[in-house]
Amino acid sequence: MKQSPLARRMVTAPYMVWAAIFIVVPLIFVVYYSLIDADGVFTLENIKSIPAYRGIMLNSIWLGFAATLISLVIAYPLAYIMARASKNVQRTMMMLVMLPMWMNLLIRTYSLMILLQDTGIINGVLGRLHLPAVHMINTRFAVILGMVYNYIPYMILPLYSIMAKMDHGLVEAAQDLGANKLAVIRKIIFPLSLPGVASGFTMVFVPSVSTFYISKKLGGSTFALIGDLIEMQFKSANNYNLGAALSLVLMVLILISIAIMNRFTGDDDDGGVLI
Amino acid sequence: MKNKLSIPSKLYIALILIFLYAPILVMIVFSFNGSTSTSVIQGFSTRWYKSLLHDEGTMKALVNTLILAVSSSLIATAMGTAAAVGINTMRSKWLKRTTMSVTNIPMMNPEIVTGISMMLLFVFAGALIGKTDVLGFWTMLIAHITFNLPYVILSVLPKLRQMDPHLPEAAMDLGCTPLQAFFKVTLPSISTGIVSGLMMSFTLSLDDFVISYFTQGPTFETLPIRIFSMTKKRVKPDMYALSTVIFVTILLLLVLLNITQIRGEKRERNKLGKGGAA
Repeated sequence: MKQSPLARRMVTAPYMVWAAIFIVVPLIFVVYYSLIDADGVFTLENIKSIPAYRGIMLNSIWLGFAATLISLVIAYPLAYIMARASKNVQRTMMMLVMLPMWMNLLIRTYSLMILLQDTGIINGVLGRLHLPAVHMINTRFAVILGMVYNYIPYMILPLYSIMAKMDHGLVEAAQDLGANKLAVIRKIIFPLSLPGVASGFTMVFVPSVSTFYISKKLGGSTFALIGDLIEMQFKSANNYNLGAALSLVLMVLILISIAIMNRFTGDDDDGGVLI
Repeated sequence: MKNKLSIPSKLYIALILIFLYAPILVMIVFSFNGSTSTSVIQGFSTRWYKSLLHDEGTMKALVNTLILAVSSSLIATAMGTAAAVGINTMRSKWLKRTTMSVTNIPMMNPEIVTGISMMLLFVFAGALIGKTDVLGFWTMLIAHITFNLPYVILSVLPKLRQMDPHLPEAAMDLGCTPLQAFFKVTLPSISTGIVSGLMMSFTLSLDDFVISYFTQGPTFETLPIRIFSMTKKRVKPDMYALSTVIFVTILLLLVLLNITQIRGEKRERNKLGKGGAA
């Protein structure tokens, strides 16, 4: 478009200023707050106290990773089935997968809690069938289930969209050349779907590892994740500096995982995540 | 070629749908429960829907949520569309790359980090002007605009790229001012991107809890925030009634959107068909 440079700058300027003040500066504030104490004096105490929370962090990573892996294993066949179905089925399935995402996370999690409770519906049904009750709420299992339940659409959608674009002729060519089913999956489908796997992986891992509501409701108060810890510093303990330091760690963790994942996606000019 | 679904495939789809919808179904069933229990069904009643209508706090929160969603999505769409147009014409590769990286930050960062980082900024700015109660409608509005912007930009940019860059030039050669060329040529061809950005912003804002939670003040409560404070105690089925209403509304909106999309595609196909014939 032939526009004067001034006009061009004018249209982008509001956004540039906005992004600088409300995206970049806040991140600088996280770093700043993590390096001062309550009186505003420079200190490394917040950073030094981080290793004390190692257990909670490893726990968060482990649970987030488990939830992501389970989501991948469940979502992968579904995405494949969806991508090869008729256009109408594809459209309907897309809608059905996306619909629960538009339910508020809090309500979804709460409903899940109702299902899992000791006196909840699942145990009610088990009781009717004269089966022993299963204790599910406030366990690791419940937290992982909550993460998978809430975030699995973020895994299904990128996988589906990459598989829908996949050239099925390649699969047929491989079969014609004598590849069996397993070889086709291993050598054609999986490598081609890697960018989808990578973006699904980040899209499930990031919210899972940083959640605080799911662990609060399904894990009980004894079960803290890094998100709970951060939330506590800002909402009840009023220790913004420790909270900022913990957030910084969380951010670095996420950056590392995104960097690892980006190795699989290859170079994308925009670097944008497609939903 | 696309084939019919086999029985194991159908079974697998059914299992996943049961998993995805069981909790929602539970919620809908209990919203019609005759008693306050959230584990035993005792008769059918619509009392929770009635009590919802009379709950002033919830109604106020609903209005607040809508005000916030409408204003933040409109502002984000206007600013984001302008930004996308600017980014699309940027010549410096470095500048473009940097802008896009910054744009991606709110999408990549965990919500909790976005939330607390903005909270720190607001609290700091508040301390500078000597106010301790800065958090409220305005801070939430700023936060919502900020997390909506990337979605607008990323849905408008591809449309701009698809557009023939010579079209606005042609319009200008024919005597349009750049502004006229934008409104008469560029805008119509990127309108689908703008609309989807707007809708995405609106729903994201409607649904947001985490970022709102950290930038919110006691003077302005949105629905997700209210739900959060209610789920701290034992939830009464009126919350389920509310969720059911929201769920059905969204379902209707999505179906409507799908129908219009299918119609639009058909119309386009017809047009193309006729064009090919002529």
